[in-house]
Amino acid sequence: MNITLKVWRQKNSQSQGNLMEYKLNDISPDMSFLEMFDVLNEDLQKRGEEPVAFDHDCREGICGMCSMFINGRPHGPQGYTTTCQLHMRVFNDGDTIYVEPWRARAFPVLKDLVVDRSSFDRIVQAGGYISVNTGSARDANEIPIPKEVQEESMDAAACIACGACVAACKNASAMLFVAAQVSKFAVLPQGQPERQLRAERMVAQMDAEGFGACSFTGACSVECPKSISLDHIARLNREYLGAKLTSNNV
Amino acid sequence: MSLTGLFLCTFLIVHLAGNLQLFKGDEGRAFNVYSHFMTHNPVIMTISYLLYASILIHSTMALILTRHNQASRPVKYAYQRPEANSHWTSRNMGILGTILFIFIVIHMRTFWFTMHFGPIPMVNYDGEEYKDLYTVVSAAFSNGLYVLFYVLAMAGLSFHLVHGFQSGFQTLGIRHKKYSPMIEWIGTYGFGVLIPALFAAMPVYMFLKTHGFIG
Repeated sequence: MNITLKVWRQKNSQSQGNLMEYKLNDISPDMSFLEMFDVLNEDLQKRGEEPVAFDHDCREGICGMCSMFINGRPHGPQGYTTTCQLHMRVFNDGDTIYVEPWRARAFPVLKDLVVDRSSFDRIVQAGGYISVNTGSARDANEIPIPKEVQEESMDAAACIACGACVAACKNASAMLFVAAQVSKFAVLPQGQPERQLRAERMVAQMDAEGFGACSFTGACSVECPKSISLDHIARLNREYLGAKLTSNNV
Repeated sequence: MSLTGLFLCTFLIVHLAGNLQLFKGDEGRAFNVYSHFMTHNPVIMTISYLLYASILIHSTMALILTRHNQASRPVKYAYQRPEANSHWTSRNMGILGTILFIFIVIHMRTFWFTMHFGPIPMVNYDGEEYKDLYTVVSAAFSNGLYVLFYVLAMAGLSFHLVHGFQSGFQTLGIRHKKYSPMIEWIGTYGFGVLIPALFAAMPVYMFLKTHGFIG
């Protein structure tokens, strides 16, 4: 199939970027979107041009690196998919495809399609952990956890920190990401000691990073490749309100 | 946003219940007695100041948050398809809210201001003087354009509340598979359809009445 790409090119974080047009012929419909980009980059290199910088790592839908805003949606038109799991067969021959980086003040563009998502790391550092004793591993099932609770936690822990929620949100809000990080520990016994501090610190860090506020459009959950539910945002709001009302921290 | 918003929702119920007396067909006696009560009862008067404050806080917070949210994405997307992942109403609460704010200002100028500061005709029921707000209402709604403006504003209210009512509960963390469907139902059909429709019916009814289409 033949396609036309309009790709965001930006030299570095200081420079102004713009959309560049590339035409690709004889693309296999069975290629993944990233493989199509590999073909583009080989072409560019042969012509002596700078290849397009883009993030990728596992290419099996679990690392969350492949951040591309494709045809107006994070990770493209297919639901519950990362860019590496998006295949060219969902597009039509002759299509023009727009590819842009995530857009958010807290995700500055480093080069082309690569954005700096270390703001997520700093949010996790602020409170996304539990305290455990060091030494030998504890026995399995030492702490009884009901299956439903474990599943609720795992649904939140499925977050791969890709940033699609921020990219999709009209406010560039990171609420779904932070909600997933808070929620996965809040429901488990291991998460209780730091429970209030976690909600307060992670929300404070989220605000400090310059993410927007949640206005409950639900776009984040729809675009989340791991379909993390808005229920977790409600839990984050409960955790945060509860912590603000009852914790001893000022 | 949620606390003031949900408080304003409860106000709508009271406001609607009172104003439904326009439909009573007694040439406005029940409505005028009710208006007199609402402007003289100390409890109602206290709550009304809370109401004015809520409208101002809700609008001011909305402005601050909108500016903050816009600043969170300094470079916009060249191509975006937001309709693929969210409802139009949820993305345009600011526009809908602005329509409602303009409506509230005009609405209060026409009725609230006239009721408090006049000039307003008086009417005598059983030897007691009442301000005849009913006549003011009839006169205002005899104007077709004014009626149209009210109906459009109520359409704005409908879209604002379809998203706003549910969203208020979400902000407070009140969400559970047991009762969230009920909140969604009330938000969509109660606050999104029934209440705006009944409010919109008032100017239309008064218009038809003053022009002699209905008794």
